[in-house]
Amino acid sequence: MSLATVQPLATHAEDALHPYQVVGDAIPASLTGKPGDPARGRAIVANRQNTCLLCHSGPFPEERHQGNLSPSLQGAGARWTAAELRLRMVDASRLNPATIMPSYYQVEGLTRVAGAWRGKPILSAEQIEDVVSYLSTLRD
Amino acid sequence: MKAARGTQRLALGVLLAALATLCSAAEIPLSERRSGYADLGRETKAMQDDDTANPGMLSVLEGEELWKTKSGTEVKACADCHGDARASMKGVAARYPAFDASRGRPVNLEQRINICQAERQQAKPSAYESKELLALTAFVAMQSRGEPIAPPDDARLTPFREAGRQLFFRRQGQLNLGCNQCHDDNWSKRLAGNLIPQAHPTGYPIYRLEWQSIGSLQRRLRNCMTGLRAQPYEFGAPENVDMELYLMWRARGLPVETPAVRP
Ligand code: HEC
Ligand code: HEC
Repeated sequence: MSLATVQPLATHAEDALHPYQVVGDAIPASLTGKPGDPARGRAIVANRQNTCLLCHSGPFPEERHQGNLSPSLQGAGARWTAAELRLRMVDASRLNPATIMPSYYQVEGLTRVAGAWRGKPILSAEQIEDVVSYLSTLRD
Repeated sequence: MKAARGTQRLALGVLLAALATLCSAAEIPLSERRSGYADLGRETKAMQDDDTANPGMLSVLEGEELWKTKSGTEVKACADCHGDARASMKGVAARYPAFDASRGRPVNLEQRINICQAERQQAKPSAYESKELLALTAFVAMQSRGEPIAPPDDARLTPFREAGRQLFFRRQGQLNLGCNQCHDDNWSKRLAGNLIPQAHPTGYPIYRLEWQSIGSLQRRLRNCMTGLRAQPYEFGAPENVDMELYLMWRARGLPVETPAVRP
């Protein structure tokens, strides 16, 4: 069993990422210590600004434009536990270094990030927890 | 058992990653290369095909006027040195960027035009993306319409083209993606509502419906970098010219379409 604690660095103390522990192919504990909110998570995934639907499709009848670069999010909660989904959101490249899925909770090892985004993860810890709790509801 | 399953998945992940690396190292075979034109809807194709409907033609006509207009302290027009563009400019856009010996590096078509303005006409060079520079570039490039893209066989270009290639394969921006991951590995798939083209620079300057104007290849490159949340390079920056050089080599043999229309 692999066990690793990641202590991410950030430029400003207030932006510091919450530390998390990877166990096997999962992050068992909530990044915030609290459960997320599935309704907020759905809104985050459906919002084009957050990029999910550029690549994925899913149960979003109101969204006309959805991507087909990757598996549908339909049924993600049946395929993976919340802990597994959390690692896939935080840093999918740990499982597949060649993946095109961005690491949503990572600020290191990136090249030429534009000013507005520099030093910040794509999603906050709260947003990751909301998304994880929403994805867990996608059971069929 | 949970941990064992995790380890198995990790092993599978590593295997898949190795496979994906092998696949993504492969460039699109020459026989499968196709212009973004192939992905256009019927109406957009018709707009590009008909010079009376193609909005890029306005810029070409403006360029034709500028070609004949005397300017600068030399009071010379492009035509005074180059004569009829239909003959003298045929095929030029198909082999740019080209090596400029006095600068020791490649220059693109816009830069070449600007060098003529500054050095031959003793005129003020035009700003990147200015109406004038786009018009002259579109007019010159249209003289190569239908000609196959033919990068010059010039060894001095090799290190610059290689630098462009490195940039094409480099992951960048907050989304951490390389150009190749969309344009080599996922062309013809949908990125939300947009079909991903192979990214061939066949039709530049293009009229882009989203811009509601004509724009340069570098403007398009900057758009893709912005999409990746990467800091785009300035217009005219060596990195952008190196990328143009690589993209032209990658598109070798495809016909020039200027002025193309794109969504
Ligand atoms: C640039 C493309 C891209 C973007 C953007 C993206 N993903 Fe992914 N995602 C993928 C790919 C490709 C996979 C398949 C796994 C792999 O490549 O290792 C994947 C896998 C997943 C999985 C596991 C799916 C399964 O059942 O196997 C989930 C869940 C997921 N993504 C959720 C999201 C969410 C939520 C977002 C936005 C916050 C997002 N993804 C953004 C490309 C993307
Ligand atoms: C996440 C996907 C993605 C990545 C990564 C990407 N592009 Fe694009 N690119 C697109 C899409 C989609 C289009 C089609 C136009 C549009 O809808 O924006 C496009 C269009 C283009 C075109 C225009 C092709 C034509 O027919 O005129 C060029 C050139 C191009 N990209 C080059 C690049 C370069 C160079 C990079 C890296 C710096 C890059 N792209 C990275 C998605 C991407």
